[in-house]
Amino acid sequence: MIWQVEFIIMLLVLVCGIAAISVRDLLGAAVLFGAYSFMMCLLWAIMGAVDVAFTEASVGAGVSTVFFVAAVFRTSRRTRD
Amino acid sequence: MKIIGLLIVLACGSLIIYGTADFPAWADPASPASRHVSPHYIEHAMDQTAVPNIVTAVLADYRGYDTMFETTVIFAAGMACFFLLRNYRRKAPDSRLYRHVSTGITLTIEKGGRLPSASQEFERIDSQWVPYDLIIRTTCRFIYPFVQLFALYVIAHGHHSPGGGFQGGVILGASVILFAVSNDLRSAISRMGEKFSALMCSGGVFIYAATGVLCLLLGANFLDYAALARVLGCDPVMARSHGILIVEIGVGIAVMAVMVCLYYILSSSGNLDEGL
Repeated sequence: MIWQVEFIIMLLVLVCGIAAISVRDLLGAAVLFGAYSFMMCLLWAIMGAVDVAFTEASVGAGVSTVFFVAAVFRTSRRTRD
Repeated sequence: MKIIGLLIVLACGSLIIYGTADFPAWADPASPASRHVSPHYIEHAMDQTAVPNIVTAVLADYRGYDTMFETTVIFAAGMACFFLLRNYRRKAPDSRLYRHVSTGITLTIEKGGRLPSASQEFERIDSQWVPYDLIIRTTCRFIYPFVQLFALYVIAHGHHSPGGGFQGGVILGASVILFAVSNDLRSAISRMGEKFSALMCSGGVFIYAATGVLCLLLGANFLDYAALARVLGCDPVMARSHGILIVEIGVGIAVMAVMVCLYYILSSSGNLDEGL
């Protein structure tokens, strides 16, 4: 694997993770968390753990983002802290 | 308070990073796991279970207990969400919205008014009004069969390619969730009801555990699929392969039903009436 690509994905994981906990819009946080999961999925695939990558893509990036969006829809979109 | 929290998090994080220093290097052939455990699976998985994907063989056969209780954990998560959020004592909403299907006129019926019975003329719409979108509904109707077929492929082809019960079950559940998002929650519930999905939740776990008990009854250890050879009518090696498939189907059913249940309850805040 090209190390530059790995480095960029690693950087994106960090950026998405930090952005997901610091952004005030909870819907944005849910979407950022989905992006984080997708980048993690790419990292698993690079490391050769294809089954884990598949699980991360379907559970982490797919269904759990939907659950977060549903929870945001039923509660509030803004966080106070 | 925030600074103390930050300090605690930093301390824990640095301790974890310090702890990883003792780990063997990534893909180190001299590490204990790669010297004793992995070579055994890599050398014997194919002739013991006839499953080319070693991950599936380890997950569902050699480490069958782990996967069974993972499925139970998912089942427990679904049940916890049900007991925490499901709300039976709901009061009727103040007003309900109905759409006349052929003209698109929206009716508001206040509390106490007579509601149109289930007819072809009127359809109920959510109070947080979503415009009727023909394009979304039609496009999604074309997508469901492919999503579901892919999910079944992932479950059944887990022996040969990445995939298996968990991933396939999630994709199968996602197709139902897609239906609920593109139409509305009530029409999804009328097709796959709450009781049905709850039965599927426990039914999937039951399939897994019952396979183990069947092996026990046939005189082998719990989840030793080689004992199923007499029931399935094949040699013990193929019986292990088929046993993995049976178990994966159980996992897929349980995971699918739990995902659907969670979505129903979360998106309607426990009322199962008006949702996302």
